[in-house]
Amino acid sequence: MSTTLEGYNFAYLDEATKRMIRRALLKAVAIPGHQIPFGAREMPLPYGWGTGGIQVTAAILGPTDTLKVIDQGADDTTNAISIRRFFTRVAGVATTEHTAEATVVQTRHRIPERLLREDQIIVYQVPQPEPLSRLEPRRTETKRLHALADYGLMHVRLYEDIARFGHIAKAYDYPVMVNGRYLMSPSPIPAFDNPKMHRMAALQLFGAGREKRIYAIPPYTDVRSLDFEDHPFRPIRAPHACALCASTDTYLDEVITDDAGGRLFVCSDTDHCAERQATAQEAAE
Amino acid sequence: MTTPLLDAKGLTLRFGAIPALIDVDIDITAGEVVAIVGESGSGKTTLLRVLSGMMAPDAGSVLWRGQDVLAMGEAARRRLMRTEWGYVHQNPRDGLRLAVSAGGNVGERLMAVGARHYGNIRGEALSWLAKVEIDADRIDDLPRTFSGGMQQRLQIARTLVTQPKLVFMDEPTGGLDVSVQARLLDLIRSLSRELGLSVLIVTHDIAAARLLADRILVMRRGVVVEQGLTDRVLDDPQHPYTQLLVSSVLAA
Ligand SMILES: Nc1ncnc2c1ncn2[C@@H]1O[C@H](COP(=O)(O)OP(=O)(O)OP(=O)(O)O)[C@@H](O)[C@H]1O
Ligand SMILES: [Mg+2]
Ligand SMILES: [Zn+2]
Repeated sequence: MSTTLEGYNFAYLDEATKRMIRRALLKAVAIPGHQIPFGAREMPLPYGWGTGGIQVTAAILGPTDTLKVIDQGADDTTNAISIRRFFTRVAGVATTEHTAEATVVQTRHRIPERLLREDQIIVYQVPQPEPLSRLEPRRTETKRLHALADYGLMHVRLYEDIARFGHIAKAYDYPVMVNGRYLMSPSPIPAFDNPKMHRMAALQLFGAGREKRIYAIPPYTDVRSLDFEDHPFRPIRAPHACALCASTDTYLDEVITDDAGGRLFVCSDTDHCAERQATAQEAAE
Repeated sequence: MTTPLLDAKGLTLRFGAIPALIDVDIDITAGEVVAIVGESGSGKTTLLRVLSGMMAPDAGSVLWRGQDVLAMGEAARRRLMRTEWGYVHQNPRDGLRLAVSAGGNVGERLMAVGARHYGNIRGEALSWLAKVEIDADRIDDLPRTFSGGMQQRLQIARTLVTQPKLVFMDEPTGGLDVSVQARLLDLIRSLSRELGLSVLIVTHDIAAARLLADRILVMRRGVVVEQGLTDRVLDDPQHPYTQLLVSSVLAA
């Protein structure tokens, strides 16, 4: 513990706050997909930097945990590095870039390609927890719609997409039904990642700092993406192989390589891509 | 006599000193069209709101097929409102989603009751647009690009698509041109006959009531002063207020 900052409680939040968040988390786990209000605290990072996810992580972290932080699929963006550094300093926990080694994964924008295990927890940073917010701005009304499982409105939105574009145009934050009961925002992950949430072995926790909401999906819970019988949900990815590891079943980012319009498609999950490259290398040697 | 679908007794509701409803009895049987007429502020809208469970009265009962509407939970009431009931607002803006296409507006109730086949939903929307005389090629347009009469016809299509048994209509032709009003009334009449709908319609317009309604209730200051078969009430009004109402229309 000698490397941690003096004067802070373990993982920055005081014990009372952590208990409050854990109570909200327990409620959230008990009612999969249902948003639980919590008394979000000010964090030493601005909203939009994952303060909701950070508070959830702080509330569940123990000294023996190993933390991985993903931002846009990568471990080495400014945001990911600063969150990792934050927890190294205030909790002294080990960090890793390897999904397989992590006990807690805090993420923005992606779910790792590697299947998560029962002994892992994934924490999502959520900017807008309410999937109906753009269709119905009144929170009292959205609360009522959830209470009555009255989700026709969300299907109207998808109908409008098909009428206008010929297909459901939502590529991120694609709404899901959790456990056949609650409509839930999966946070701005690509729709490609939605199927990974379905019956995931790991516990999934969601924290929205600005909106002060927590929700959860317990392990092995049904998570279905909304769709129509004649326009079934399709997890879309760029139709290419990764330029680095040749994968054809991972989510790809498009990278501009030069001023002449050269571009490449590479795995957005940098850890997974590196692992595949290493394996290929070993096999070649 | 057939038992009524909707049967309300002794409805009373005051807003402070204002008596909006006083001891109102009303019933409607299957396939019947009942008009509620009366001057502004006489309690017509309040009556519709109480009957449809949107507002609780101070006293009285409302039974829907023997079921106590006022004791119903909100979930059950909302389910009723999107299946067996419909509500057509005076202002189509209150009954439409303005940011959603005409097809989406008609499809919403279908989706709310579980329709999940896009092609079928669209087919139903097209057939309902045809019924209310809106061109098929307007299906993807937003209602704000429609005229007032078209918006009102769209609201009717959106309400009737799930084949409700009873529709509450609060001055559905209010605010429209006279010629547009006449066509809309014709439409309401033919749809209600074709579908065997029960309609409880509020109107200022005695001529509309005569055209549409089997029975009429005349309201004044929260009290039903007279009710009966349309021809009887309009041709042989008993209450002085009804006499005044009928003669003022004739004079006009
Ligand atoms: N929410 C409310 N709060 C207070 N008073 C109300 C409320 N709603 C209606 N009232 C009053 O109750 C009386 C009946 O109103 P209601 O809207 O039912 O009349 P109406 O017959 O529908 O009139 P109009 O023909 O103008 O639509 C009026 O005096 C009205 O001002
Ligand atoms: Mg009124
Ligand atoms: Zn790769």
